[in-house]
Amino acid sequence: MGEQTNVRIVEDAALTSTKDLPSQWIAVCMGTGCVSSASAEVRQALIQELERHGLSSQVEVRRTGCFGFCAAGPIVVIHPDETFYTRVTPADVKDIVEQHILANRRVERLMYRDPVTKVPIEKWYEIGFYSKQQRIVLHNCGIIDPENIDHYLAREGYQALHKVLSEMTPDQVIDEVIRSGLRGRGGGGFPTGLKWKITRQTPRWPKYVICNADEGDPGAFMDRSTLEGDPHSVIEGMIIAAYAIGARYGYIYCRAEYPLAIHRLQVALDQARQRGFLGGNIRGFDFSFDLYIKEGAGAFVCGEETALMASIQGDRGNPWPRPPYPAVSGLWGQPSNVNNVKSYAYVPHIIRLGADWFKQLGAPDNPGTAIFALTGMVNNTGLIEVPMGITLREIIYDIGGGIPDGRKFKAVQTGGPLGGCLPEAYLDTPVDFDSLCAAGAVMGSGGMIVADETTCMVEFAKYFMRFACDESCGKCPPCRIGSTRMLETLECITAGLGTLEDLDYLRYLANGMQKGSLCALGQLAPSPVMSALRHFEDEFRAHIEERRCPAGKCHALITYEIIADLCTGCMVCARNCPTNAIRGEKRQPHVIDPALCERCGLCKELCKFDAIVVR
Amino acid sequence: MTASDGDGGASAVDLSLMEPVFQKYSGQPGALIPILQKAQDIYNYLPAEVLQLIAERLGIALSKVYGVATFYAQFYLERRGKHVLKICDGTACHVKGTPALITAVEEEFNVRPGETTLDGELTLEVVYCIGSCALAPATVLDGRVMGRMRPTQLLQHLRRHVSKTSVQET
Repeated sequence: MGEQTNVRIVEDAALTSTKDLPSQWIAVCMGTGCVSSASAEVRQALIQELERHGLSSQVEVRRTGCFGFCAAGPIVVIHPDETFYTRVTPADVKDIVEQHILANRRVERLMYRDPVTKVPIEKWYEIGFYSKQQRIVLHNCGIIDPENIDHYLAREGYQALHKVLSEMTPDQVIDEVIRSGLRGRGGGGFPTGLKWKITRQTPRWPKYVICNADEGDPGAFMDRSTLEGDPHSVIEGMIIAAYAIGARYGYIYCRAEYPLAIHRLQVALDQARQRGFLGGNIRGFDFSFDLYIKEGAGAFVCGEETALMASIQGDRGNPWPRPPYPAVSGLWGQPSNVNNVKSYAYVPHIIRLGADWFKQLGAPDNPGTAIFALTGMVNNTGLIEVPMGITLREIIYDIGGGIPDGRKFKAVQTGGPLGGCLPEAYLDTPVDFDSLCAAGAVMGSGGMIVADETTCMVEFAKYFMRFACDESCGKCPPCRIGSTRMLETLECITAGLGTLEDLDYLRYLANGMQKGSLCALGQLAPSPVMSALRHFEDEFRAHIEERRCPAGKCHALITYEIIADLCTGCMVCARNCPTNAIRGEKRQPHVIDPALCERCGLCKELCKFDAIVVR
Repeated sequence: MTASDGDGGASAVDLSLMEPVFQKYSGQPGALIPILQKAQDIYNYLPAEVLQLIAERLGIALSKVYGVATFYAQFYLERRGKHVLKICDGTACHVKGTPALITAVEEEFNVRPGETTLDGELTLEVVYCIGSCALAPATVLDGRVMGRMRPTQLLQHLRRHVSKTSVQET
């Protein structure tokens, strides 16, 4: 880590070509995060303002994919200066055009400020959030218009495909991917090339290539951002995979909850077909392949590969036992290669720049980068791409900017509802498949959620168990019944009705689920509870032995109280209390009736005098 | 406590709207889910008559259609409210305060997650992760994402957009 892994060095050395880009252009982030904070309006205002000044032909306003720094959105970047403007509103557009574009003066108030020194930072790559990142899969996100294939082509797009079709045999492609050491980014970490090899060697046709874009982990949006920002990279990777294993058709299974990603994929597929990258005899070579989108219908279990294929077939998303693995018998009983979005997106880079280039990135046996959706109690939430082997501490403090409001770090959860949490003592663990696994967490597909001292770890664990319980498909009893019983036990504990035997019972149930469940959902669903129990047993015991929730979160174990000395009797809390639990005369201290109080916290939020406390 | 009464029975459902859908997907393998998705786009939910029709036209058992329709969270077998509020309870939103948002809406509109108010105005849904984690806690009112929500703000929004006639009844 350190001096050699700066974003710019990697970009300049290998990936960037800005040859067809106009000299002055404005990138407006149109990822889902920024769109929901009104970036479309900002883009429209920029177009109009430039038109008003007669600059439309000289300055391009470009819709781009996600910059990753969602916490600071909507984001606007002025090129070629690479000036990074944050939280831009339509009202700021006039200043951007009149000051920056026309007068070449920076609009300082829109720049990101260093949280410590408060000095405004102009260039995006000088911001702490980007300083330790290394963008390979995301190298086009924030640069190209994802709905314009020419932008992708200008950045070496489809060159890897051309190389494969013109100079390489399928076996050579597979050997190159095996040699690169690429491991599946869906979370399992299985060697991608090896999976391709087995699918190729199964002597039955047709074969299928499937992209798993059913990103259902709560707190994860890596795949969505990749598809929204650079859909062609995934499509190119899939075409190369199809050539390697000998598939004629492929499917991208994407969550219906991601309408923008589906739209951009559809546009990209149409354009790729039009340019002859998909369809019969691709680019005049003796290889044909076509690709379709299948929309999921809202079931987390469909992220499991056999359930995913059941869903493509139009059935309930119930997993089936493995082996046989999909590489041998998958979609409609045929050999099928299922990879994650990011795994495919690495492939064009590996083919173009070589396995040796890829191998020297990241950590031994864990080459390349990792993409995380960094969320929760951290200052800089967003999407990051970091070299494998970086430590959790670097991610949370250097990139994430630490915990808001000076609160204390408590835990970081990787792998979402099928992963585990790690406490402060583990912050120097390198982030890669093997190290995280050894520490008792998992790499997962890329969700990273930070919890601080206000998070109750029992409630946190219960939350994940409720998720698993809701999403269990119900086919196998260990998962269906085990998750229900674990949830009930956790509910008892958070309701103040737990006993110490409950902790042993949780361990017993977890063991049964891990050993007896049919698919990864049931096998891994106990992991968040078990890791919380391993690292935060004190908190479980406080709930049981002292009937106390140390973080002040569990409703049954806390009360809201008004500090009489601080209460001014303004009556705001009493007027807004949904259950009329607050009584008191005007200008006299108020009192909360614990019997009526729902513990919704509305009063505490509304109180301007900090007179309401949780006990 | 749902607003499914008063449908007016089968007469309200125009089955002919499904014909173009059947034409588009005829003979395609694995078409059941896309057909259900299109049907829901048309009717806003999946009326029983439509499920029956799909089973007949695809030549599969009604139980299979029902099985698929009830498996996926996306499908609704009951009519939904005029406005739909989704509150995201993904992990990031959860730690940043979703529970308080849910409680606030429940209390104000007398509706539980998955239900529609008696007057058919508002459907409340709690969903897992809409992928806008950086805007946590996030809510979606009629398809529009509203991020970094607080209970008071959310109630203000709702009061502005959703009329509240019969919600005080139980």
